[in-house]
Amino acid sequence: MRAIEIKELTKTYAVGFWKKQRHLALRGLSLSVEAGETFGFLGPNGAGKTTTLKILMGIIFPTAGTASILGKHFLDPDVRLRTGFLPEQPYFYDYLSAPELLDYYASLSGLPAGERRRRIDKVLERVGLGDVGKKQLRKFSKGMLQRVGIAQAIIHDPKVLFLDEPMSGLDPLGRHEVRGLIQGLKDEGKTIFFSTHILSDAEALCDRVAVIHKGELRGVGVVNDLRSSVAGKSEVIWEGAAALPAVSGLTLESHVTGESVRVTVKSDDLDRLLEQVRRQQARLIAVTPLQGTLEDYFMARTTEAEAVRS
Amino acid sequence: MNVSRNTTIVASVLLIALFAGSVFSRRKVDEFRGKEATLEEVLYLPSGKVLKRLSLGYSGLLADIYWTRAVQYFGARHIKHSQRYDLLYPLLDITTDLDPNLIVAYQNGAVFLSQKPPDGAGEPDKAVALLERGVRANPDYWRLYFTLGFVHYIDRDDPQAAQNAFERGSKVPGALGWMKVMAARMAERNKDITTAMALWQGILETTTDKDVRVTAQRHIVSIQADNDLNELEHRVRVYRQRTGRLPANWYDLINAGLLDSVPITPFKDAYALKSDGKVDVQDASKYPYLGEWRNNIELPF
Amino acid sequence: MTSRLSAIALNTFREAVRDRVLYNLILFVLLLVASAPLFGQISIGLERLILVNVGLSSISLFGVVIAILVGIGLVSKEIEKKTLYTILPRPVRRWEFIVGKYFGLLLTLLVNAAFMTIGFYIALLVTQHALHKADAGLLVAIYFILLQFMIMVALTLLFSSFSTPIFSAIFAFALFVIGTFGEDLKNFAAMSQGAIKWLTTGIAWVVPNFASLNVISQTAHDQPVSTGLILFNTLYALLYSAAITAGAVLIFDRRNLK
Repeated sequence: MRAIEIKELTKTYAVGFWKKQRHLALRGLSLSVEAGETFGFLGPNGAGKTTTLKILMGIIFPTAGTASILGKHFLDPDVRLRTGFLPEQPYFYDYLSAPELLDYYASLSGLPAGERRRRIDKVLERVGLGDVGKKQLRKFSKGMLQRVGIAQAIIHDPKVLFLDEPMSGLDPLGRHEVRGLIQGLKDEGKTIFFSTHILSDAEALCDRVAVIHKGELRGVGVVNDLRSSVAGKSEVIWEGAAALPAVSGLTLESHVTGESVRVTVKSDDLDRLLEQVRRQQARLIAVTPLQGTLEDYFMARTTEAEAVRS
Repeated sequence: MNVSRNTTIVASVLLIALFAGSVFSRRKVDEFRGKEATLEEVLYLPSGKVLKRLSLGYSGLLADIYWTRAVQYFGARHIKHSQRYDLLYPLLDITTDLDPNLIVAYQNGAVFLSQKPPDGAGEPDKAVALLERGVRANPDYWRLYFTLGFVHYIDRDDPQAAQNAFERGSKVPGALGWMKVMAARMAERNKDITTAMALWQGILETTTDKDVRVTAQRHIVSIQADNDLNELEHRVRVYRQRTGRLPANWYDLINAGLLDSVPITPFKDAYALKSDGKVDVQDASKYPYLGEWRNNIELPF
Repeated sequence: MTSRLSAIALNTFREAVRDRVLYNLILFVLLLVASAPLFGQISIGLERLILVNVGLSSISLFGVVIAILVGIGLVSKEIEKKTLYTILPRPVRRWEFIVGKYFGLLLTLLVNAAFMTIGFYIALLVTQHALHKADAGLLVAIYFILLQFMIMVALTLLFSSFSTPIFSAIFAFALFVIGTFGEDLKNFAAMSQGAIKWLTTGIAWVVPNFASLNVISQTAHDQPVSTGLILFNTLYALLYSAAITAGAVLIFDRRNLK
């Protein structure tokens, strides 16, 4: 059984003053996520990532299409016993303290009182908020609120986690800690579906990723495979800046420091470049094949005109 | 999505069923409260002056509401079913306290008050009190004096007070001439049918209230009939004196020169000549006040 | 289901308390105390009457004001502040959310009214130097005020489920005023004709019947309230507020949030 299965999910908004224009936020998105996977949902701002999550969580309703989570219809309330959600820049009842908030959410998620008491302290400890005591949430910093967000998403020990931009607004230390938390959850065997536009986080944590742009799926697959698909670049370093103009048409990137030149070039063009460099009598220092990056894949997919059906 | 559609169906059904149930309950509530419940509130209110202060400037609106309640309950359509005449004066009291310039409340309210049940509360003294307050608050409105005179003459049998009222009214700038005429008639100290007719005509012309109009018309029609009946019976008596017997029909009287044509009522049907010489109307129900002025012509007080 | 309903209800109550809503009780006490000097200047018989009228009317009005001020934000605030984003993904049904909110605000008003009632009876005790049997009759008036609250909460909840706070407040207040003069609206309808008659009759039957739920003057004068009236008013309030709440559920259930 797949953990998450999305089929032709579509969301159209009526916009404009007379509500006549249509904005297609999602166009027939289809995806699946296996149990235990950490799945990255990538896309530029406005691509439709948050829309997808809002639909899955029942905050908005799809115009067409459906989805299933853990084999059941995505809006089935029983499913919610085993899913957790962290919204982007979460808002909480700021007149409550962290334990009170977690207690409230946990009771809504079906945990009995005794169970709740036990788990709240543990969860707060785990997300690094062990010492907040009775402080009201209105006094929490952004980073602390993000941790509370994670705490409320995992308090009932869900099997599947949905995180919307979990690193947003955090300083490097905060991001490092949240990454650690996600890794920990991954190690527990949970399925994690998180959206982000920070590719390095996706690269570090995800087994598979999908790229979405303008409401359409542009690519999906195992991270390494995707990287390889856009591999084929090499880095060449030589001395002799004068040689640069001759090869300018072949280089993708170039950096000059004094006499030292460093360029990136497509592997197919490598031989021609080297020949030119030798002809210019520059002194070759190094030739290194480069691995493809997710960023390359991302840029390639989001600048294409057409969508890819997975 | 099935789950959501279920909720929609259940919620819609509940909405309709519960609302229908609430309407039913509400009707029962109205039953238990009784029709006069809203009006009875006036008995529990502090004085009109306190209410005026509490109404925060909306006293005019509040006065209109109370007056509408009074009309609704005591208007001609409902008067036959109402029993709580004791509520009328407090209602009018509050109304005129809230808005002392609400002329209709004095004009029509006084008529409701002074008429005998089941047409009114049968409290002419209270009607006088109301009108006196009305003229105090509205000294330029001379027609209130007319109503005052009317009440004194018709319902209180007090021609002196009636004369006094008409005289005061005639002195108000803009008052029509016949106020003086009425005053003069009052001075004759006779309770006569023509004066009564003139007064009711006056009420008919000045009132704005539908129910008061209806009452006035009924009185006029009855007075007319009474007048006719008296006159007709008088001529029957004359015929008997002359011929020694009663006339068999109207033609006997016509042939005897005592009538020009078959006498007809204000409703255009013929008066009925009875075998014992008495005259009557065909349909007494059209003349609710028939008999008030029978054989009372020119009787001194 | 019940545990979720009570969790939401209690959280709503807690929010109101921490929002210092109950501080209005202080104002109530001040009002009662401030009107005491008036009593001394009026005849003895009227002292109690004025205290009862002021006291009970305040309990009613304060409650209605709180119902409106808190009620208009019940749903709209959660949408605006996006706190619903962490509630809806849980196993809570949307209708449970609405119903839970209803009971939460109602509970707040009941607690508020309870404190006020105690304060009121203390004031009565102090003024009369004893409590008489007749004072128990006033509890019926208070009970009817609670029924009014049931209806007001449902109405503000309904408006909150689809409208912004300002409009909700205006609608709710307007309905309160119209409902108070419901009888007169019916009278007006009876006296008019044609389309206006149909329109006003329809409105008169749809708006809440607050007039019949106000027996303050009656009980102040020690007039009894019939059991039939108590029974059917209870039924009316229950059914009407349930119907309105069902309406709120209907609206909220299919609503796409921000």
